[in-house]
Amino acid sequence: MLDTIISYVSAAIIQAIPLLYGATGEIITEKSGNLNLGIPGIMYMGGISGVVGAYLYEHFCAEPNTVLLVLIPLLSALLGSALLSLIYSFLTVTLKANQNVTGLALTTFGVGIGNFFGGSIVGLLGESGSVQLPATAAVYKTTFPFMKHFGDLANTGFLLYLAIIIAIAALIFLNKTKTGLNLRAVGEAPATADAAGINVDRYKYLSTCIGGAIAGLGGLYFVMDYTGGSWTNNGFGDRGWLAIAIVIFALWKPSMAILSSFVFGALYIACVKLPGLSGSDKELIKMLPYIVTIVVLIITSARKKRENQPPESLGLSYFREER
Amino acid sequence: MKKIAIELKNITKRFGAVTANRDVCLTVYNGEILSLLGENGSGKTTLMNMIAGIYYPDEGSIFINGNEAIISSPKDSFKYGIGMIHQHFKLVNVFSATENIILGLDDGSSFDLEKSAKKVKEIADKYGFDIDPAKKIYEMSVSEKQTVEIIKDLYRGADILILDEPTAVLTPQESDKLFAVLRRMRDDGKAIIIITHKLHEVLSLSDRVSVLRKGEYIGTVNTAETNESELTEMMVGEKTALNIYRGEPKNSELRLSVKNISCKSREGVKLLDNVSFEAMSGEILGIAGIAGSGQRELLEAIAGLQSLDSGEITYYTPETNMEENLRDKTPMQIRELGVRLSFVPEDRLGMGLVGNMDIIDNMMLRSYSKGKGVFLQRKEPKDLAEKIIEQLKVVTPNANTPVRRLSGGNVQKVLVGREIAAAPTVLMAAYPVRGLDINASYAIYDLLNQQKESGVAVIFVGEDLDVLIELCDRIVVIGGGQITGTVDARCATKEEIGLLMTKSNGGAKE
Repeated sequence: MLDTIISYVSAAIIQAIPLLYGATGEIITEKSGNLNLGIPGIMYMGGISGVVGAYLYEHFCAEPNTVLLVLIPLLSALLGSALLSLIYSFLTVTLKANQNVTGLALTTFGVGIGNFFGGSIVGLLGESGSVQLPATAAVYKTTFPFMKHFGDLANTGFLLYLAIIIAIAALIFLNKTKTGLNLRAVGEAPATADAAGINVDRYKYLSTCIGGAIAGLGGLYFVMDYTGGSWTNNGFGDRGWLAIAIVIFALWKPSMAILSSFVFGALYIACVKLPGLSGSDKELIKMLPYIVTIVVLIITSARKKRENQPPESLGLSYFREER
Repeated sequence: MKKIAIELKNITKRFGAVTANRDVCLTVYNGEILSLLGENGSGKTTLMNMIAGIYYPDEGSIFINGNEAIISSPKDSFKYGIGMIHQHFKLVNVFSATENIILGLDDGSSFDLEKSAKKVKEIADKYGFDIDPAKKIYEMSVSEKQTVEIIKDLYRGADILILDEPTAVLTPQESDKLFAVLRRMRDDGKAIIIITHKLHEVLSLSDRVSVLRKGEYIGTVNTAETNESELTEMMVGEKTALNIYRGEPKNSELRLSVKNISCKSREGVKLLDNVSFEAMSGEILGIAGIAGSGQRELLEAIAGLQSLDSGEITYYTPETNMEENLRDKTPMQIRELGVRLSFVPEDRLGMGLVGNMDIIDNMMLRSYSKGKGVFLQRKEPKDLAEKIIEQLKVVTPNANTPVRRLSGGNVQKVLVGREIAAAPTVLMAAYPVRGLDINASYAIYDLLNQQKESGVAVIFVGEDLDVLIELCDRIVVIGGGQITGTVDARCATKEEIGLLMTKSNGGAKE
């Protein structure tokens, strides 16, 4: 019995990690008033950037250095996802494009880039087969020896702990620092922030790019740790959208995001882990995370508690008033 | 001898062809309250916005404490110790008072909400404000929000405070409280400028009064040595002849009667207070008043867009003289009663027309329900659009041009044209010539006169007293949601109307 619980909980946790990265990143982005629906694409971008960096390093270096095996994919993923977020910021903040359209376009773009390079990088370098990154994956899956008692967590590396650290750091940043206060003001009332001397555009750019980079780590975790250093087209699935759903579920609070990611992770694999489910039951169980999101949306909208509402100017471009 | 806090020298500001301020000079001393008095559009707010760093003057210079100051952003103005409290508060709703007060503040101190809250409390106690630093803005009343705005400036060390019509949103009791605080701040040596057009406030609160009229500086008087009629005269100026045609009303009969209507805003401030008047066919009834005195609510109440707490609105059908009650009816219900009511709202592209739709589609907004079947009947609206373009000389490439692309005067012609085409028996027009050039304005006056001659009861809400006096037959003056008087436009003077306009006691009476 205990084994079953450990097995289920640990499986839920490893499912929760990419969701938590995505949700934390999106919360920081949305606090600036940018509704970045490009997050699913950005997470793909983080994954493929990490794969490309790791593949090139493993391919061209005969004796890879452990530290570089961690750093190169990590930095590639951060850069790749931040770059896509930069495009989003440029379009929506500088050019005032519609945020929803831009975000959806970037999701299509990011998924496409991921699948294109994931499938073809091997061929581009004149080899055959699919991407395999055994050395990198081994480093990314390294963990404390005592974790071997905790089911799937025995093979889960540092990105698990980093996810939680980043979420807690985001919580402290948003609520306990001046910069966090300023950022929240930008998302709530950009005109007010502007009048108070806050550089609205800079805050929007930075929070979107940093948020995107954090989300990108979710993609990196997936390819390096979860799938053990290989790329499958569309393998990441709809986890990016789930991350956005978690932001709503968590009421834009990083602390709640940690909890919600776990709940969603548990619901996400319920169809695999619950015993005795028939094929059609499994499909029904797969709907759970989405149904829960809708229910939460209805409840929070109906209760109308002001603190639980999205940032007031979420999704709106800010035009400084001209007369 | 008092020290000069701020001095404006020969300030001029233009917006395109419009000159908002011409050659304005103004001096404010430390430890005094200066009222800046003027009608709507006299350039008071523009002038103050230049001190607050929102606009930059085209000509002239600003001196603060004797040194020339270049104020090109709100940040610069903080630096010079200037704080401006705008009519629309700039606050974050889900933040507490303290959080709003320290927002964007970069004084090098660490982030410590409790310490900041204590400092807020100290400032509040010093001047007699009543504030809970931890209270969220969305839980606050308008007057509490205003308090937060003022403390925000004091927290930043402002010595010069500008308040833009601070009592417009307050109840009389709240206004009295504010005045007490302002007097205490004055005694503390702060320089305070208060923008207002309420004469009784000017007389009771300020030390000196400076008057602006149509962007020009008229003069400054000591409050103790002046009175209401002198200030009104300075404010409205000499009458200028406009030579607007005015015919005698023919076959006047009662068309619309408004009896004792009242309504309140969500904050509980009275917007309309026991308003009664009658509109007759074949005449133009003018409604004069300071902007925001209830004109908008009054027209919207008649049009079925504003719900009332009490009172009656009755329409008298021509010929049969049948009475129809219009209160608490939707615009659609009013139309179904056969009441031909046309409304040219103040907000042309918001309430009147859809900017991104072309002229034909905008015509259909009034007749879409007439077509049969599921498909639109575009023939009639197209003919109407072309007729309006031709008859009113609308300058547009064709009838398929989105109205947003037309100039203000042409937009107004399209809107008035559509409303007149509905063959109204009552035509209400709110500020129909605002922002229009002289020729376009006269074209609109002609249209209104034609309607009057054909027996329509025209209600004209205007801001330029010269126009009201020459165009209208009777003028109803509204102040603070109340009718403060009705005058015969043929023998009324500007001073008389001006005095009635400023007669109210603010938003509500005890």
